[in-house]
Amino acid sequence: MKISVIITLKKNVLDPQGKVIHRTLDDMGFENINEVRQGKYFEIDTKENDKKKAEEKVKEMCEKLLANLVIENYKIISTQ
Amino acid sequence: MNSSVITFPGSNCDRDVDVALKKFGFRNKMVWHDDLELPKSDLVILPGGFSYGDYLRCGSMASKSKVMKSVLNFARGGGKVMGICNGFQILVEAGLLPGVLLRNKYLEFICKNVFVKVNNKDNSYFKNIKKDTLEFHIAHNEGNYFCSKEQIKEIDDNNQIALHYSDKNGNINEDHNPNGSMGNIAGIFNKEKNVLGMMPHPERMIDPALSGEDGSIFFENLINNLK
Repeated sequence: MKISVIITLKKNVLDPQGKVIHRTLDDMGFENINEVRQGKYFEIDTKENDKKKAEEKVKEMCEKLLANLVIENYKIISTQ
Repeated sequence: MNSSVITFPGSNCDRDVDVALKKFGFRNKMVWHDDLELPKSDLVILPGGFSYGDYLRCGSMASKSKVMKSVLNFARGGGKVMGICNGFQILVEAGLLPGVLLRNKYLEFICKNVFVKVNNKDNSYFKNIKKDTLEFHIAHNEGNYFCSKEQIKEIDDNNQIALHYSDKNGNINEDHNPNGSMGNIAGIFNKEKNVLGMMPHPERMIDPALSGEDGSIFFENLINNLK
């Protein structure tokens, strides 16, 4: 199964990269942007065929390695 | 006194720390990250560098390497573990220290001398140190210390802040905060004060002909405290 996960910074965590991207987009003429926050995206292809089990494992991966829960949240966005 | 310095793939201050430790009387051993056991040590140092190319998050991969299980056990048993720069990042990723080190506030890699004020001397690292404000070197891209409001309160309540960035007279203010660190934090302890993480490099200040001597003050004092 292929599981897609996104990792995003928590709301109160400063994201200087997002700020710079925002400023650059402004300078390029993209108007009306309120905020840009940068995150990470992972595709994990696992041999596990049971959806529930596969998602449980990916959650564990997120909590143990892929995300740092002090500053980041994770969300499984698709399982195929 | 026996010390161990762990070398991860991408560590680049390991030999500098080795030189510094030996200069002040430690019998130091270099330990490879893939080793399962630590040699008998009074002090373990995780050095600076760019372990695993800073992939994913600085220190995240190194914090899961084989030798870290032994380092965690050593630290949980009261052993002295010190992380410098990338070593500090590894310690927070390993959960031995609270918080996290974010990208520097102004997105610059900072490489310069700074002053740090010792905040807590009631521990083996800074007890009896003869200067309150030390000049060390920093070289990092992710040194911006951050933690939650609840965590910072706990850190304060337990007197876990080791070092603050300051001016040369020890005044702590935003003008002398190089990277945006919460409360000018440059180094912290765990609750028990046997684990220390700090962004500045004392090992780069052990030779007056090349740099300065405040690192010498630190290491000389450290070995005396551990004896």
